[in-house]
Amino acid sequence: MSDKHLSSQFDSELTGVSNRVMKMGGLVEAQIRTAVQALSQFSVELADQVTATESQVNAMEIEIDHDLSSIIARRQPTARDLRLLIAISKTTANLERAGDEADKIARMVKSIIESGASRALPASDLRVAADLASTLLRKSLDAFARLDTSMALTILKEDNAIDREFDGFVRKLITYMMEDPRTISPSLDLLFLAKAIERIGDHAKNIAEFTIYIVKGEDVRHTPLDQIESVVR
Amino acid sequence: MYIETPVQETSKISVRDLNFYYGKFQALKGINLEIPENKVTAFIGPSGCGKSTLLRVFNRMYELYPEQRAEGQIILDGENLLTSKKDVALIRAKIGMVFQKPTPFPMSIYDNIAFGVRLFENLNASDMDERVEWALHKAALWGEVKDKLNQNGSSLSGGQQQRLCIARGIAIKPEVLLLDEPCSALDPISTAKVEELIAELKSEYTVVIVTHNMQQAARCSDYTAYMYLGDLMEFGATEQMFFKPRRKETEDYITGRFG
Repeated sequence: MSDKHLSSQFDSELTGVSNRVMKMGGLVEAQIRTAVQALSQFSVELADQVTATESQVNAMEIEIDHDLSSIIARRQPTARDLRLLIAISKTTANLERAGDEADKIARMVKSIIESGASRALPASDLRVAADLASTLLRKSLDAFARLDTSMALTILKEDNAIDREFDGFVRKLITYMMEDPRTISPSLDLLFLAKAIERIGDHAKNIAEFTIYIVKGEDVRHTPLDQIESVVR
Repeated sequence: MYIETPVQETSKISVRDLNFYYGKFQALKGINLEIPENKVTAFIGPSGCGKSTLLRVFNRMYELYPEQRAEGQIILDGENLLTSKKDVALIRAKIGMVFQKPTPFPMSIYDNIAFGVRLFENLNASDMDERVEWALHKAALWGEVKDKLNQNGSSLSGGQQQRLCIARGIAIKPEVLLLDEPCSALDPISTAKVEELIAELKSEYTVVIVTHNMQQAARCSDYTAYMYLGDLMEFGATEQMFFKPRRKETEDYITGRFG
């Protein structure tokens, strides 16, 4: 928000809560990156790190919600300010969920390591999707911070790529399981893991949609991409 | 300009190319606006934007001052009020007004209300009693004053006085009620009562309210007009105006960025 309110106090409250969202986003981003690393290195230690960050992320969500309630109660925001605060509330919920997914990935990694089947499975194939998802989340936070709707639009398109990766990976897993039934149990772990990555992409997509909501005042959830394109233009 | 003509509404008052002058100073510049019937329309904008002036033109309040003049049309029921040959009192009987400061007449609560009715109607005592009670009920004041109708109107609290003025305004059964910052001198409880009243009144009257309190406009109006320096900047459904106004100027004012 570049332009100023008559009340500089209000400005600093909005800036404060926006900064907190970015900080929370940074934390979740790091969680996802570490989870992806834990996956590619099959590292228990890294997986534990992800889980350890979880409570911090949860606490930030609660703090941000508290700030939002306080601003709404005292400032009665309207128009773009109101949309910003609603979008922040939804964004933090999505970030918290993305953090949960990272934690899920970490736990699956540990479970796969414990099963001893790690080498036999196409886990490295997931790295493309995982990198895509964590990049997407970072971009969605960038778009949110800059209120950049055209960047938000590219994110919506890129999320489709993750969904396609996911579908391809599921097909591959099925062939593994058919060839060797002993891989079924770890394959299922891997499937949940892939699903978690796919969900992170969805959360990034949601955040991108909230950016369009703030700037354009249009709720573009559950809207076909071509229609969203015409809103952004 | 973003002037949305409320499509599903019947227009009660049409403002066409209205210009208004205080001597040489032009206070309203080419205003075009449709006030929807049986709805609450709020005028908002910074001081000096012309919102009160516009309200006062509606019942020719400006005629009291020789240096003030209006050009254009204010059409009510097919007639241009600005050039109407009708007695201005008859116009004001159709278009009642409540002012910023409560203005009870120096007489009893009962007579405050009966006074205006006597000018236009010849009611017998029991019909008049009924009308007074009706108006006080409508203004949500009856319960508080029914045992002291003979007391002086100025003995009431500010909030009660304002509701008395509203009761007086509706007692003559106008079609349009103009409220010029009716709550600016009232405490939050009285304000809430007046706002409740406004919501009730709109089933029978067309209400136009000028307010400095944007939240009040947001709370109790169906349509909102944003004015600035004598221009009507934007007019539309209140929900739209407070959630996603179409002009940046409106958004800046509504979000407190106006500087």
